[in-house]
Amino acid sequence: MPTTISFRLNNRPVRLPADAARPLLWVLRTDLGLTGTKYGCGEGHCGCCEVLVNQRAVRSCLLKAKDVEGKEVLTIEGLEKDGQLHPLQKAFMAHDALQCGFCTPGMILRAFGLLQSNARPSAAEIIHGLEENFCRCGAHVRIVQAVQTAAAEMRGEH
Amino acid sequence: MSANDFLAPDLQHAADSAGLVPPTRREFLKRVAGGIIVFVAFGDLAAAQEAANEAARPRMARPELPTDFNAFLHIGEDGHVTCFTGKIEMGQGPITSLPQMLADELDAPLDSVDIVMGDTDLCPYDMGTWGSLTTRQFGPAFRAAAAEAKAVLLELASETLQVPVARLTARDGVIFDRQDPTRRITYGQLAKGRKIERHLKVKPSVKDFAAFALMGKPLLRRDARDKVTGKAQFSADIRLPGMLYAKILRPPAHGAKLTSVDTTPAKATAGVQVVQDGELVAVLHELPDVAEQALERIKAEFTIQPREPNDRTIFEHLLAAAPAANVVSKGGDLDEGKRLAQRSFETTYLNSYVAHSAMEPHAALASIEGDKATVWASTQNPFGARDEIARALGFPTEKVRVITPFVGGGFGGKTVNTQAVEAARLAKATGRPVQVMWSRAEEFYYDAFRPAAVVKIKSGIDAAGQMTFWDYTVFCAGDRGAPHFYTIPHHRTAAAGGFQGPPGLHPFAVGAWRAPGNNTNTFARESQIDLMAAAAGIDPVQFRLNHLRDPRMIRVLQAAADHFGWTPAKSPSRRGYGVACGMDAGTWVAAIAEVAVDASKGAVQVKRVLCAQDMGVVINPEGAKIQMEGCITMGLGYALTEEIQFEGGKILDTNFDTYTIPRFSWVPKIDTVILEANEFPPQGGGEPAIILMGAVIANAIHDATGARLLQLPMTPARVKAALLTGGLTSANSPLPAAPV
Repeated sequence: MPTTISFRLNNRPVRLPADAARPLLWVLRTDLGLTGTKYGCGEGHCGCCEVLVNQRAVRSCLLKAKDVEGKEVLTIEGLEKDGQLHPLQKAFMAHDALQCGFCTPGMILRAFGLLQSNARPSAAEIIHGLEENFCRCGAHVRIVQAVQTAAAEMRGEH
Repeated sequence: MSANDFLAPDLQHAADSAGLVPPTRREFLKRVAGGIIVFVAFGDLAAAQEAANEAARPRMARPELPTDFNAFLHIGEDGHVTCFTGKIEMGQGPITSLPQMLADELDAPLDSVDIVMGDTDLCPYDMGTWGSLTTRQFGPAFRAAAAEAKAVLLELASETLQVPVARLTARDGVIFDRQDPTRRITYGQLAKGRKIERHLKVKPSVKDFAAFALMGKPLLRRDARDKVTGKAQFSADIRLPGMLYAKILRPPAHGAKLTSVDTTPAKATAGVQVVQDGELVAVLHELPDVAEQALERIKAEFTIQPREPNDRTIFEHLLAAAPAANVVSKGGDLDEGKRLAQRSFETTYLNSYVAHSAMEPHAALASIEGDKATVWASTQNPFGARDEIARALGFPTEKVRVITPFVGGGFGGKTVNTQAVEAARLAKATGRPVQVMWSRAEEFYYDAFRPAAVVKIKSGIDAAGQMTFWDYTVFCAGDRGAPHFYTIPHHRTAAAGGFQGPPGLHPFAVGAWRAPGNNTNTFARESQIDLMAAAAGIDPVQFRLNHLRDPRMIRVLQAAADHFGWTPAKSPSRRGYGVACGMDAGTWVAAIAEVAVDASKGAVQVKRVLCAQDMGVVINPEGAKIQMEGCITMGLGYALTEEIQFEGGKILDTNFDTYTIPRFSWVPKIDTVILEANEFPPQGGGEPAIILMGAVIANAIHDATGARLLQLPMTPARVKAALLTGGLTSANSPLPAAPV
């Protein structure tokens, strides 16, 4: 049944009429027009639909709209601040850490979530953290390097 | 400006329907207030494209050759250069490398160059983006167009500045008199107030390597910013006012027939429309998830026709049903070769069906206004999609426009445009724009898989370890990569069937999968070579070198060995090192892998892969390197885990829980070496390295354990079985020595 869902989306309050049981992925992509969040498998395997809810990376295809009521949601569109790219975005560009780019939003947000809990991850920790995010083009090596570069920048090391 | 910005309505402007549908080519040219347009038509290049595509061509009718031109570019009054190409960007990088070529040939700043890709109304005809052909075969025509444009600009500058062309130099979009550099004029100034069309008939000369300013230098992707910010639009990201999302009723198995359908329960949901058009039954709604739920309420019955082969019996079926073999190369006399052999080896190699599994499922948005259909589609061949849609709608071709936004991976799988046809049919039926995006299960069901295939090889060596004969037949994968390149006096190579059929051979669709045929052929050939090297007690790199004459293959193999730090040893050396080499898309490639095998689990960890390529002169070394890394990473999947499980026409894999593609933890340390070969024309880079991944890992497993794996993928169960038996079953054991 249509109800009203309220949450913070990309640092702005959002109130929209939506069936609380609808998947967050489709509410984002259709009702809110945020198409940076991708459908890849619909069952939580691939990570193309990853978003941040209260700073934690989650699969939006597995969440219902009601699951984010009152929470803070960040999609790839909200990562850039005042025209400044996030260090992860800059590092993905600098390392050419993408090809087709379809997994990239989910990959960056997954890495963002990882760096929230571990500011100085080793390569092995990054690999473990991104293990269930799939990239078919094979940009993995560069993605790990990009996350290391971004982590260093976020720690103020360069 | 990317192709996307130019063509796809931005989300924020979606409601502003006035500017929604981009202009046709003719309209576009009319709207161009001024400037210089260069059209290029090369009879010989068009023919070359046709010939080169013949080998790589995915299934489709033979299209007509372009009659007007196959590239064009526009220089605007602001000095901005826009090039138009029917090629598409699916991650492989032409959105960067083509402007790089253009800017260099034109001596224009790179940031003044834009590219419009894959729009059938704006761009000249193109067969499709596959076969690693963009750089090696489209590239020269494209560069020639730029060179011609520069020639036109020089002529205009000569008239304007009253300086002979011979005294003029172009740099960064400015032409100046070398004797008096203050006499200068920009491309924009030259284009101002003019409307010049040039049709190029003769082949202009393109730059030699020595004159390259931008080409040959590593360049980062130009689409990266859009892709890291979520602005990059893929087909399913396009929004139109009033659009509906369609979910389509699918049969439970290939060959199943719909016998009854009751759509009434689906119609109970508010806002749902149901379309039944022959076998096409679809539920449409303004929200995709609501359409999906409504589809689940449809009651449908199918009869499933029992089909014989399953994933275990498929190989016997293929051997029995394959068409007759055609000899693709031969020399000497096989009987004589067998007589000369001291030891002979007869081996059968198998590989399963493999899915493309691009992260982006097939998607399309179709809109019909009046008598014109516009379809945004994730496709590798927009012009082929256009023709398919026109046939399905009964529209003339010129009344269908296909626009290709960013494509989220193709690998050959997006040469099948079923989803675009479905969207167009549903748009026609409903009178509203319709998006079709396949679910992952639909993606696995309708994918045109890499075919399961069999290779049978008989070969022999003499007492000195030199090969005396080679008798090779590939079944159902095609002959790309089948002919060997070794010095073998008596040999015959044959191919039974191509990678696509004939129809009815496979229980479901098969098609082009990154380097079609070559993964199968290179796995078999390089495994057999290795097997003989081991039997001869000769180091596998040395054994290959002992049988090579092609200097470029020798160089690439030697480079791989040197950079890896290979030291000669007879296999199994227990080091877990494997080597393989091959050719694809005009490129010579060699790789060495190091693996660790956990014998108790049968698990293989690839620890390191070094890959060396000779691909002629390299346009974008960074792009080429990324393609090599991508090939190595993607290739881990077909080598180790990927195989479609099926029973008759029923595909048992519906998602990534059972169909396992490479993960971060699988990825080895990757080293890439691109050999300098600037005196040779550029070759393909999107496919070569992937062809080695089956053999290089199989050979490394043998080196680690002494077990020979003959079937891809090399799953833990198969590795464990091979460890018990040595891998060579009775049917595959070395033949008794032929009488000498």
